[in-house]
Amino acid sequence: MAITDYPDEKLLHLYRQMYLVREFELRAINERRAGLIPGFIHSCVGQEATAVGACAALEPTDVITSTHRGHGHLIAKGGEPKYMMAELAARTTGYCGGKGGSLHMSDFNLGILGANGIVGGGIPIAVGAALAFQQRKEPRVALSFFGDGAANEGAFHEALNLAGLWKLPVIFFCENNLYGEGTPQAKQAPVADLAIRAAGYAMPGVIVDGNDVLAVYEATKAAADRARAGGGPTLIEGKTYRYRGHYEGDPMVYRSKEEMEAWKLRDPVTGFRARLLAEAGLAEEKLHALEAEVQAMLDTAVAFAAASPKPQPQTALEGVYGDTDGGLVF
Amino acid sequence: MRTITYSQAIYETMREEMARDPNVILIGEDVGTFGGVWGVSSDLMKLFGEDRVRDTPISETAIIGAALGAAMMGLRPIAEIMFGDFLPVAGDQLVNQLAKARYMSGGKAKVPVTVRVTTGAPGSAAAQHSQSPEGWYMNVPGLKIAVPATPADAKGLLRTAIRGEDPVLFFEHKMLYATKGEVPEDPDFAVPFGQAAIRREGHDVTIVAIGGMLPKALEAADMLAREGIAAEIVDPRTLVPLDKATIIASVHKTGRVVIVHEAHKRLGPGAEIAAMLAEEAIGYLDGPIVRVAAKNVPLPYSPELENFVLPQTQDIAEAARGLATRKL
Repeated sequence: MAITDYPDEKLLHLYRQMYLVREFELRAINERRAGLIPGFIHSCVGQEATAVGACAALEPTDVITSTHRGHGHLIAKGGEPKYMMAELAARTTGYCGGKGGSLHMSDFNLGILGANGIVGGGIPIAVGAALAFQQRKEPRVALSFFGDGAANEGAFHEALNLAGLWKLPVIFFCENNLYGEGTPQAKQAPVADLAIRAAGYAMPGVIVDGNDVLAVYEATKAAADRARAGGGPTLIEGKTYRYRGHYEGDPMVYRSKEEMEAWKLRDPVTGFRARLLAEAGLAEEKLHALEAEVQAMLDTAVAFAAASPKPQPQTALEGVYGDTDGGLVF
Repeated sequence: MRTITYSQAIYETMREEMARDPNVILIGEDVGTFGGVWGVSSDLMKLFGEDRVRDTPISETAIIGAALGAAMMGLRPIAEIMFGDFLPVAGDQLVNQLAKARYMSGGKAKVPVTVRVTTGAPGSAAAQHSQSPEGWYMNVPGLKIAVPATPADAKGLLRTAIRGEDPVLFFEHKMLYATKGEVPEDPDFAVPFGQAAIRREGHDVTIVAIGGMLPKALEAADMLAREGIAAEIVDPRTLVPLDKATIIASVHKTGRVVIVHEAHKRLGPGAEIAAMLAEEAIGYLDGPIVRVAAKNVPLPYSPELENFVLPQTQDIAEAARGLATRKL
């Protein structure tokens, strides 16, 4: 679909979401340096289009599982920046009351089944959600985000095999950012295109430009429609790039400045912004207004997090079990 | 009351709970057409269809992960792992995902998953099909651990697990499947977690017998009775939660305790129980806390070697006799 075939409203939404993800990450990085956020952050700066494009193709009742680099996925699925920032700041008002942090944020009402601290850990969980949808004959889809590194985990194989076998309504979305932590993909897998692995699980494997939000949206929409119609799973590989380290503070000795600069010429956020002006004919004022709105939202989010209470130490004992058998479990 | 086998008790409970609640499903290797390699799921696939009783590939990670994801969406899956030895194949999904899902989410995730898994040595099954891994998972907050030793407990504890709100590792001892016992017919009969049972009363020595060790402990108690030693047998029924009060009360009465399990001695469930007694009941003890457990080697194949490694009735009797006749 040409960009001019999309309604302005949709284009603006996609841009707003990507801009929000980018700016949220930059704020989080700053607030971590400033001391508001105690834990580590794996930022997704540079990977905004995969998160936003994929989630834009889902319905509110669909669900996702996310990764250690999950802030973008959460925002794209409707996560509220203030509750996310509060969770990063380890406050009671955060998504998990300060018990999860960056790696474990979730909102079950929004279909966000959780970021994940284990590479590949969310993939079988998405398959389980899809199993429930299929078994109850609900027209819902589960989407699992994971990176190129996770495609070498056993969980990937078991999950895709089961989903292919049972034709489950699930989308496996591989964000291939070319590095698994500090090691390039070429040193981790004997194939450059991970999507070809789909053939082994009898499902389509699709490669998209992961920095093109419309390409990501269209590929994911096609996969979601097929899954909803009973056509089974799809493996989508979005080729993308992370601008920052694996984690904040990563010395990044494993890649060159030239490579990083080359990818920045294909920036998913500013590139899309330029297309909105040049190809879709949107007025710059509209974008300015939207950007100002996002900045104000993030100001509020940081203030909300900073003003929120820290948890009482004793509350660490709550929430392990649904039924503590009268306290006997401890 | 009817007398049925431990295996039938588990089968009946699954059948009754699946009939009662459409959200209960069963997934695992060979649980459907085959009826379970232990025969426990029998005709459940015929009764409830291939949608609710699913044969899976040999993929323990996918089985536990799928059960977890399905539970997050409102199902109450029963996942069968054929041998306890295979649990580590699903290690991440079990330990990092299933056990912690509720806590990491700040209490929002609801993951009622019952993992039915076999434990114990069935005889010459060697090192990878004979282990008793209960203790490995006692160190993982978020999991509950049931170790039923009788048909009635198999039924009552499984019902509690399926209807409960938390992930449960439900350890079925292979050598108990064919054992028989009285089981109530009440369709809501359930045994609460964290409530130990006194299997035999006595005042000379307490024997805490876990899971498959109960029949041997009862035999040992019979032997001791003929010698004039009255052993009290406590069956914890669940290891997490652990009914400390009942164990402590028995030790208060007898002053002596032997803890018996088939798991390896080093850091087996007995280590936790012994530590608990040392912390909370040392004043009641008139002698050392003694553990009778598998020796700390992998389970060997040869019957002669295996019998030597595993705790036997004689070992239990000797340990209890030693304590009961010890000069203070």
